[in-house]
Amino acid sequence: MDSILQFLSDCGTVLSRYGISFLRGAGLTVVLAVACTAIGCVIGFGVGLIRSIPTQPGQPPLQRGLLQMARAVLAVYVEFFRGTPLMLQAMFIFYGSAYAFHLHMDTFPAGIFILSINTGAYMAESVRGGIQAVDPGQMEGAKAIGMTHMQAMFHVILPQTLRNLVPQIGNHFIINLKDSSMLSVISVTELFFSFKSAAAAVYLYFPAAFLAMLLYLIMTLVSARLLRVWERSLSGAENYELTGDPFSLDAGGAGPNDKEATV
Amino acid sequence: MDLLPKRDLRHPLLRIEHLSKSFGAHEVLRDIDFTVYRGDVISVIGSSGSGKSTLLRCVNLLETPSSGEIRFHSSNILSPGINVPGYRAKVGMVFQSFNLFDNMSVLKNCEIGQRKVLSRGAEEAREKAMHYLRKVGMAPYVNALPRQLSGGQKQRVAIARALAMEPEVLLFDEPTSALDPEMVGEVLEVMRNLVREGMTMIVVTHEMAFARDVSNHVVFMADGVICEESDPIRLFSAPKNKRTQEFLSRFLQQ
Repeated sequence: MDSILQFLSDCGTVLSRYGISFLRGAGLTVVLAVACTAIGCVIGFGVGLIRSIPTQPGQPPLQRGLLQMARAVLAVYVEFFRGTPLMLQAMFIFYGSAYAFHLHMDTFPAGIFILSINTGAYMAESVRGGIQAVDPGQMEGAKAIGMTHMQAMFHVILPQTLRNLVPQIGNHFIINLKDSSMLSVISVTELFFSFKSAAAAVYLYFPAAFLAMLLYLIMTLVSARLLRVWERSLSGAENYELTGDPFSLDAGGAGPNDKEATV
Repeated sequence: MDLLPKRDLRHPLLRIEHLSKSFGAHEVLRDIDFTVYRGDVISVIGSSGSGKSTLLRCVNLLETPSSGEIRFHSSNILSPGINVPGYRAKVGMVFQSFNLFDNMSVLKNCEIGQRKVLSRGAEEAREKAMHYLRKVGMAPYVNALPRQLSGGQKQRVAIARALAMEPEVLLFDEPTSALDPEMVGEVLEVMRNLVREGMTMIVVTHEMAFARDVSNHVVFMADGVICEESDPIRLFSAPKNKRTQEFLSRFLQQ
C-alpha cells in the first residue's frame, strides 16, 4: 500500500514539474505523426505512380532511358530507407548534412524531413501493392475510352488504391506516433525527449516512463478510433436514391413558367 | 430479320490487313483480313479460344498486334507516332466484365471520359451522359455506384459510357457472357436499338440468335484464323466451311 502511495506521489511530482513539458512533447509527437504520415503518403503515391508507368517497345529511347533511371533511383531509395534503422537515418542525415555540406538544419524540420522520407519508402511499397490489387479491368476500361496512362491513374486507379490503403495509412500513422520517439537522438523535443529530460532531472524513471507510456497509449487508441471513422466514411453510402430523370423534371418545371412569361 | 441493314460498301471505316498476334511462341491470330464499313453490324462467332476476343482487343490496341496493319479511315494506327488514346476515344469498347469505374457513380462514369479526354464542359458532358443513360434505361440510377447494380444494369451503363464518347464504331467483347440468363435480354435489347439507329458495331458473341437476326455480316473464327465470313443468312443456312458446319450443328442441336 505504501509503495502504491509512493508511486502516486512520485507521479505527482513528475506531473507538477514536467506535466506541461510532457503535454508539449505529446503535442509535437502528434504534429510529427500527422505531418510525416501525410507527406509520406504523398511521397509514396508519387513513387508508386512513377513506377507504374509502363515501358513500351515503341517509346523514344530517351524517354525509356529516363524512366529506367528514375526507377533505379527509386528502388535504391526504398531499399535504403527500409533497410536501415530510423534512429541511424536521423543521425546520418542530421549530422551528415552538417558534416558534408555545412548545412545546419533546425531539429524540427530535420525531424519532419527524416520521418517523412522514411514513411514514404514504406508507403511506396504499400502503394505498389495497392495499385496491383486494383482489378486490371479498371485500367482497360479507362484506356478504352481514350484516357492516357496518367489520366487513368489519377482518376480511376489511385483513388481506388487510396481507399484500399486507408487501413495501412492508419497503421503507418500509429507507427509514426511511436517511432517519432527516435527523433529524440537529434534533440527533437517530442514526448520521448520530454520523458528523458524529466526522468533524468528528478531521477524518477519509472513514474516518468509510466506517464509517458500512458500518453502514447491514449494517443494511439484515440487515433485508432478516429481512423475507423474515416475508413467508414470513405466507403461511401450504403444505399442510393433513385432519381426521376432530372432533365425531364427541369423541362416540366420550365413549361408553366414559360407560359407565364409569355402571357 | 427486318433489322438486317444491307451492307453498304462505300465507306470503309476499319480495314484489318494481315494481322497476327502471338503470345510468346503461341500464335493466337494468324493473317487476319477483314473490313468494317460504316453502318456494319459484324458478329464474330467461334468456339472459346478461337482468338475472337484477342482480335477485338487488337482493334483498339488493348493488345499490341505482332504484325499487320489496322487502317482507321486511311491511317495505319500501328505506325509509330499515332495518338493511341485519341484513336481509342473514337472506338468504343464494351467488356464482358463491364469494367465500370468502381470509384464513381453511374453519372460520373459516363462523364469522366467526355471531360478528360474530349475536354467537354461540365454542362455538355452531363447532358450527353443523361441522354445516353436514358437511352439504355438507366437514367434513374445516376447516383448509384457500380457495386450496387445488377450485371445487366452495369452492362447497360457500360454501353452508355461508351456511347457518351460518341465513337465511330463500338466493339462488344462477349457483352452478355457474364450475365445471368434473365438479364441477357435487356442488354441485347439495348444493342438491337443501337443497330436500328445505324451504329457501326463489331460484336464478339455466343448469342447465335443475335448474330443471325441482327448483324449484317458474320465472321466465323477457329484456331486464330477467319474460316468463313458472309451475310448471316448464307452463313447460318448454308455454311461452306467444314468447321463452320461442325460449329453450327453443335449450336443447333442445343
